[in-house]
Amino acid sequence: MSVVTIQAVNKIFGKAPNQTVALQDIQLEIEQGEFISLIGPSGCGKSTLLRIIGDLITPSNGTVLVNGKPAEKARLDRDYGIVFQAPVLFDWRSVEKNVQLPLEIMGKSATERAARANQMLELVELNGFQKHYPYQLSGGMQQRVSIARALSFHPQLLLMDEPFGALDEITRERLNAELLNIWSHTKTTIVFVTHSIPEAVFLSTRVVVMSARPGRITQVIPIDLAQPRGMETRELPRFYELVTQVREALRGSEGIK
Amino acid sequence: MTAPTQKTLTASRAASNEASRIAWSARVRYYLPTIFIFFAVLVVWETLVRVLDVKQFILPAPSAILEAFFGSLTQMLNLGLYTGAEALGGFIIGCSLGIGVSLATSRWTTARETLLPVAIAANSVPIIAFAPVMNNWFGVSNQFSKMAIVAVITFFPMMINMTRGLTLVEPSALELMRSYAVSEWTVLKEVRIPNSLPYMFNAFKVCSTLALIGAVVGEFFGGTRDALGVYITQEAAQFRFQNSWAAIVIACLLGIGFYLIIVAVERLAIPWHASVRKTDQ
Repeated sequence: MSVVTIQAVNKIFGKAPNQTVALQDIQLEIEQGEFISLIGPSGCGKSTLLRIIGDLITPSNGTVLVNGKPAEKARLDRDYGIVFQAPVLFDWRSVEKNVQLPLEIMGKSATERAARANQMLELVELNGFQKHYPYQLSGGMQQRVSIARALSFHPQLLLMDEPFGALDEITRERLNAELLNIWSHTKTTIVFVTHSIPEAVFLSTRVVVMSARPGRITQVIPIDLAQPRGMETRELPRFYELVTQVREALRGSEGIK
Repeated sequence: MTAPTQKTLTASRAASNEASRIAWSARVRYYLPTIFIFFAVLVVWETLVRVLDVKQFILPAPSAILEAFFGSLTQMLNLGLYTGAEALGGFIIGCSLGIGVSLATSRWTTARETLLPVAIAANSVPIIAFAPVMNNWFGVSNQFSKMAIVAVITFFPMMINMTRGLTLVEPSALELMRSYAVSEWTVLKEVRIPNSLPYMFNAFKVCSTLALIGAVVGEFFGGTRDALGVYITQEAAQFRFQNSWAAIVIACLLGIGFYLIIVAVERLAIPWHASVRKTDQ
């Protein structure tokens, strides 16, 4: 069973005659354990699509099923975790308390919350920083806490909206590798929005290329690079071939106005 | 960035302790010029008054003020307590109402539409206009009349700041809470209220000043001899200005004391906030 099924989804903002067609005729199926990147020019609706999957925005037409249920039910059942471009940590909570937030909301016991938080912080390599506060961490570290928080309740689906967009290239590549490592451990299905072609190719099992507004899926490119992927993967000839393939697909999609 | 080792964590804690010690002596050195200037001003003031033979109804010498102050110290302290109680009582009433209305209006739109115009109207009336009214309603010698004046003055700044704090939340934080499918009450408790605390303390600081002004000015319009404002005007009317000034010193000490208490509570309540925490880490 697909984790995410998107059928004939449109999203129109505003009312005629001043409306914006953000998404047009989106059709996509995502299987369990996949790592899907959504890539496209600015304003192509990839973040909107991500939010539609998470029921943070309702589509104008079409159906979205997550875990076989309507997106709204999946959200109410807390079937997914989300990571934004900004870490969105609460300044008044320590690192461990930030990671425990969804667990508190779900009414987990204190011992279980502490255990899960420590486990997640270990996974993102921030063990020892439990009692620190967000202001004491760098941007990259804060984003890792945000990822730990999103995974703390072991959701089947993880939605990520350009999570590394605000970071420098070096930290970004490092966190890409860490994310793949986490993914191999948790086996979560991930939908990842990005602007970066190398990032999309490095991380994904499939890259979904979208066109400029009105956003449409122009191409879906399977990435056949071997797992587990590491720093060396970025130097393989096949990596460059795929990056070029994605780049050409993007250029082509921009031609379609 | 490599994973932290136990050694780097201990080192960073030791460094931060050392930094606190340095920060303390730095802070003392920071205030030294201010303290110096304060005493220098007093010395210049004293000298000028003596040399130029300034009459005491124009400007009394600091020595005369100090003499008057310590001469009737118990009376000064009683005046301070009497007026201070009015300022504090009014502050508590006004700020509680401000916070209450703010919580109501941020949560329910109908409340916002009903109460906001009333709040703005209350703020537009100048204190000089309604002070006599309050004195008339509650009785000139009743301390509550001054508390009422203070309550009206402190209500609006408190409400406005609190509302900002409750509503000026990162949209992503609200999206995050929506992804957790929580009730509005949970959003209020987990996000809006903690977010509003720095704004609340900001308002407390402003309101503490306003409270004292309100109490003293309210007393200018009438009150008992136990009141600071009444004492200041009466002593001035009898040309015993050093006594008026001594009372002004009490008012200043009250204001400063009130402010410092708020700062201390703030440091305990919101140690994580940028304005309160130790700089750079």
